[in-house]
Amino acid sequence: MSISLKNRSLISISDYSPEEICHVLDIAEDFEKNPHQNLLNGRIIGSLFFEPSTRTRLSFETAIQLLGGNVIGFSSTAGTSIQKGESLADTITMVASYADLIVMRNPIEGSARFASEVSKVPIINAGDGANQHPTQCMLDLYSIRKTQGTLENLEITLVGDLKYGRTVHSLVEAMCNFNAKFNLVSPNELKLPSTVKQHIKDANLKYDQYTELEDAIPHSDIIYMTRIQRERFPDPEEYEKVKNSYVLRNAMLANSKPNCRVLHPLPRVNEIHVDVDANPKAYYFQQAQNGVYARQALIASILGLK
Amino acid sequence: MEKRKELVVSAIENGTVIDHIPADKVFQVIKILGLETIDKPVYFGTNLESKKYGTKGIIKITDKFFEAEEINKIALVAPTATLIEIKDFEVISKKSVEIPECIEHIVKCANPNCITNKEHDVPTKFVVLKGKDGHVKLHCHYCEKNTTEDKLEFI
Repeated sequence: MSISLKNRSLISISDYSPEEICHVLDIAEDFEKNPHQNLLNGRIIGSLFFEPSTRTRLSFETAIQLLGGNVIGFSSTAGTSIQKGESLADTITMVASYADLIVMRNPIEGSARFASEVSKVPIINAGDGANQHPTQCMLDLYSIRKTQGTLENLEITLVGDLKYGRTVHSLVEAMCNFNAKFNLVSPNELKLPSTVKQHIKDANLKYDQYTELEDAIPHSDIIYMTRIQRERFPDPEEYEKVKNSYVLRNAMLANSKPNCRVLHPLPRVNEIHVDVDANPKAYYFQQAQNGVYARQALIASILGLK
Repeated sequence: MEKRKELVVSAIENGTVIDHIPADKVFQVIKILGLETIDKPVYFGTNLESKKYGTKGIIKITDKFFEAEEINKIALVAPTATLIEIKDFEVISKKSVEIPECIEHIVKCANPNCITNKEHDVPTKFVVLKGKDGHVKLHCHYCEKNTTEDKLEFI
């Protein structure tokens, strides 16, 4: 049976089955080979960013322009009717009457799911607070499959803020579909929440917890680094204690597997030393570029154009 | 013993008896059902002896019959409760309370940054997760966070 994602909002990565995820990745592969495809032909995409974003917004807007579409929207709420007290439901209803699809980032958790229930056009969640960021997950999966040739049976090492990092949670959930083994490297204060570990257990998969990053590197296929986010710590002293817990340096990759690749959702601060950048195993900038193809694939699929 | 129980249950002419409430949840049930402000006679007892549970609480409400949605509210804090409907001093129905799979409108999400706590027109909606230990957690349909029993706050 052919897979169609027409009119299917994407709010959480778990909204799509493993087969549907792979279908999107196949389409993204096609866009990587041939990014300029005038499929939207002037269609309008609403781009509603209720909080600032660099990569996600620019990558979506690039994807839309490569597809020959037009963008309406805002990149912050300054000067919009939201500041006058307009409800999210009203904003979405209004934009849905102008646009064929809405891409939304909003700091309020659950806002994207709610928007998908009031909107007459599909919604792509570009991040709802600390909850979900499924297009980041899609580009992570694309990057993993592209560098490893498969999503199956891989050893994934997750490093840094495993407690608050929403990209880590979504990636674990998604990779549980593909028989992954997880290595969890974090300070005690930032361990993976038990609800996310439960996903691994439910899938009958294994995970090991490490305190030393060096111990996990030699057997990793993917090293997924994350930033320890200052804004998550009410007490600045607590942040200072853990901020430099894990810094990946080039020399540490000497014993890594030939197929090993280093990923990071970006922005990085100092958790990947710049001396890693020249190593062919550093993949984070290509990963960000892959975001354009993954988002092209999602937009085209959801509008029924692929 | 059984006979005495029947007498207690039948002591109101018309209305509802909520039996087998966990002893420490009686006042919470009273609050959830808004019985503090009802204008009919309400009787309650707590720390009563129960063969099945050791202790229990009981509430009798005159001339009041509950809709399913109200019963759902009780089920969250008193999953062992039994609802007995009385008409003309006779028991006309006796049913156990079951925790529904989905809870809408009646409980607040414990996540202060959830859309249901930020926008006034978004009603709460949860999937009920039943743990092996018998405790329930409410998984928010919107923010995907869990609200545990100790953080239950009724709207």
